Amino acid sequence: MALCFAAAARPTLAAVTSWLYGAALVVAGLAAVLLVVDLIRDRAAQDSHYIALAVVELLMLVQLVVGVVALSRTSRDIEGAVFVSYLVTNAIIPVVAAFFSLAERSRVGTTILLLAVVTVAGLELRLWDVWGGPHA
Amino acid sequence: MPDVPGASGAEGAGERGEVAALSHGWGRALVFVYGLFAVAATGRSAVQLGLEPGKAPLAYSLSLVAAVLYLVATTCLLLGGRTGWRIAGIAVTIELLGVLSVGTLSYLATDLFPDKTVWSHFGQGYGFLPLVLPVAGLVWLRHTSPTAT
Repeated sequence: MALCFAAAARPTLAAVTSWLYGAALVVAGLAAVLLVVDLIRDRAAQDSHYIALAVVELLMLVQLVVGVVALSRTSRDIEGAVFVSYLVTNAIIPVVAAFFSLAERSRVGTTILLLAVVTVAGLELRLWDVWGGPHA
Repeated sequence: MPDVPGASGAEGAGERGEVAALSHGWGRALVFVYGLFAVAATGRSAVQLGLEPGKAPLAYSLSLVAAVLYLVATTCLLLGGRTGWRIAGIAVTIELLGVLSVGTLSYLATDLFPDKTVWSHFGQGYGFLPLVLPVAGLVWLRHTSPTAT
């Protein structure tokens, strides 16, 4: 029974990881565009930015859970320590960036948020490399 | 890159003479990025030295040096003060020399680097930020110089 469940869950999980990866890149990309536009308009970090950042953070938390489960189920040779550390770092970055930008209510704060979403996107690409693409 | 502190006059946090302002204004963005690199370089050297320390001893020790420099720079920027400013200056200068020499060597003497460091190819794997960062750091330290008053 448990075996059946694991076998059935495997392809689904692979689809979820791909979907999450795509969603994370799209959301981080949109957030980056929003932040660049407001940076050019010389705006301080504001509600819309924090909402975008919260969406990124939510995705990162889901990805952390799904990623760890997927890692525990796969039989492929993946650098587990690197994979998990990327997942954890990506879940921490938006939170730290939010605090940093709250302390700096100027375009510096906006810049920090931009640096954060770009870093998250960059780490997503690295995660994808470590995971080895869409197959789970 | 937007880390040009000279253009941030309106923020006013980095006025000359205020050494405590090292981590304010654009300094806060700098601390954020330095912190990220401290984590990234420490993690990288830990993985490299932990998994196969014998594979590329030079590259891996350089990763460790980079990690220590990023940690020192981050800490000094956060602490501020005259001493913090001075040590940060030394760390950032070594960092700049490091990224320039390792960057050049990684192109010229590829056999020296069988595996990558943070500074290989001028930090290509990190969006060339390792090259930009020490320059931004030096500009910021110059901007916040305690002796410039």
